[in-house]
Amino acid sequence: MADHAVVADDEVDLSRRKFLTSATIATGAVGVAFAAVPFIESWNPSERARAEGEPVEMDLAKIDPGQMAVTLWRKTPIYVVRRTPDMLARISGHDSVLKDPNSEYSDQPPYAKNTQRSRTGEFLVLIGVCTHLGCLPKQRFAVGELYPSWPGGFFCPCHGSRFDLAGRVFDGSPASTNLRVPPYLYPNPRTLVVGKDEKGVA
Amino acid sequence: MAVKTATGAPAPLPTGVVAQPAKIGFWAWLNRRLPVEEFITTQMTGYWAPKNFNFWYFFGSLALAVLVLQLLSGIYLAMFYKVGAATSFDSVEFIMREVDYGWLIRYLHSTGASAFFIVVYLHMYRALLYGSYRPPRELLWLMGMLIYLALMAEAFMGYVLPWGNMSFWGAQVIVNLFGTIPGIGPGLVEWIRGDYAIADATVNRFFALHVALLPLALLLLVVLHLTALHEVGSNNPDGIEIHDKVGRDGKPLDGIPFHPYYTVKDIFGVAVFAVLFAIVVFFVPTLGGLFIETPNFEPANPLSTPLEIHPVWYFTPYYAILRAVPNQRLGALLLLLSVAVFLFLPWLDRSPVKSMRYKGWMSRTALALFTVSFVALGYLGLQPASGVYVVLARIFAVIYFLFFLLMPFYTKLESVKPVPERVIYHAH
Repeated sequence: MADHAVVADDEVDLSRRKFLTSATIATGAVGVAFAAVPFIESWNPSERARAEGEPVEMDLAKIDPGQMAVTLWRKTPIYVVRRTPDMLARISGHDSVLKDPNSEYSDQPPYAKNTQRSRTGEFLVLIGVCTHLGCLPKQRFAVGELYPSWPGGFFCPCHGSRFDLAGRVFDGSPASTNLRVPPYLYPNPRTLVVGKDEKGVA
Repeated sequence: MAVKTATGAPAPLPTGVVAQPAKIGFWAWLNRRLPVEEFITTQMTGYWAPKNFNFWYFFGSLALAVLVLQLLSGIYLAMFYKVGAATSFDSVEFIMREVDYGWLIRYLHSTGASAFFIVVYLHMYRALLYGSYRPPRELLWLMGMLIYLALMAEAFMGYVLPWGNMSFWGAQVIVNLFGTIPGIGPGLVEWIRGDYAIADATVNRFFALHVALLPLALLLLVVLHLTALHEVGSNNPDGIEIHDKVGRDGKPLDGIPFHPYYTVKDIFGVAVFAVLFAIVVFFVPTLGGLFIETPNFEPANPLSTPLEIHPVWYFTPYYAILRAVPNQRLGALLLLLSVAVFLFLPWLDRSPVKSMRYKGWMSRTALALFTVSFVALGYLGLQPASGVYVVLARIFAVIYFLFFLLMPFYTKLESVKPVPERVIYHAH
């Protein structure tokens, strides 16, 4: 077509061309970022997985004093220990060899941020997953079961983390924080609900 | 190919170029459309490799052979395997017991995984011995490292697929490593798993990554690795550039064509390797719990941790470092560093010579100590994490890192031997 202006190479406005190129690349990058969203979001827990993660109930009367029961919440073991007065007494006296005796760096609801790490002293509710790398700590409740000064607690067989009868981690363990406490409440004195508390469903 | 001018008449040949007799038939037809012959002459018969390659130079081609084996056996396993928390374990047992020769295909694949790491570790060790990561081969080394990282991901996800109890708990431990990242950790772990625990969603996506994404990435990286290799040329046990000494014909004096000389050598290497490989596959496929761990013959059980959790042998050196640290975040960080530190090798080595043949006693001692540490950590990672094992793991972990951290100093300080003009080669 005749009305095309022919521009010599040295008359090309390079800064204009550079700006348009950069703007095109930037717009394209934003588009790619938006297009990636559905693919990234698809990896989130599905609706079904979320529905299956709803709160679970447990009958506390079935646990004898000194015993531990295990239930599953969100496919994760929940340890429920019915501590005897003797076991509760064994929680104190070793704060100096604990990494986080007051649970300041650990993960628990406010009502479990105390020495016994529970709502009531008797029942201890913990997520039964080692805070190191996710193995199941085993119960070693008897005094001296691991070594003479052992006050009773949990021992992780994978990497040797040790926790006391309130789930607090001992010095020298690869785990850095206490065993986690899930949200829970007692709708009545003999029932435990895990996964729900005053703040709502987790 | 004749160059055509705009009018269709053949262009005059540039001076110095002799007209080739016109080729006829299918070969000529093909080469006018696809540069097969050009590829063979530039990359095979005209690719000059140093004539002094030794035993250590088998492992690159062996890695390629194992990759092909893994792709083939993997495709066949995928024909019978049913992914899913409810079906994975049973379908692997189905392959083992009821598919004709299914046991063989599965054992080829599981033995191939370990064999892959054996040849890749020896291949990398060759680079440490002869300085093959030094300029101009830094990018070649980096691409090799990317292959190694992709291979680690591929092997880890493949180990989860049989959904045995060690699959489950291994996945639990490895995925939870991401949970130690400050801030985003816990959310990231949930996103990777697709559930609140290692579950059906996890094994499903690992399957997709294991059979599609990662093999594609591996193939692409291997092509890039070989392209970069053929651009810079192979190193050799003397660490001398053969292209610096060329004859009157312009060809390297110390080079020989890759084909037929090294194709023949490599095929022989593959044959010997196949014999050793077959012995494992047919007589000791689990290699006493090293290649397939004993707890993996039990289905995954979220309520029962195996007595000792450890990954397969090829990850245990890093795993021992992880367990040696009494702080989880620092442990995970050191685990990451222990793998990533290899990426920096080209810039840590300041020696004026490449090959260990001409380096001084400090480099040799450092490499010897590193070798002992790597093997010892690999052993310790398979042992319980208690008592003397942890103490030893800490000692060897320190040596492991010192090898890299002190490298800029000892390679600079030591006196080196003179490097010969030409490669050292004794005809057999």
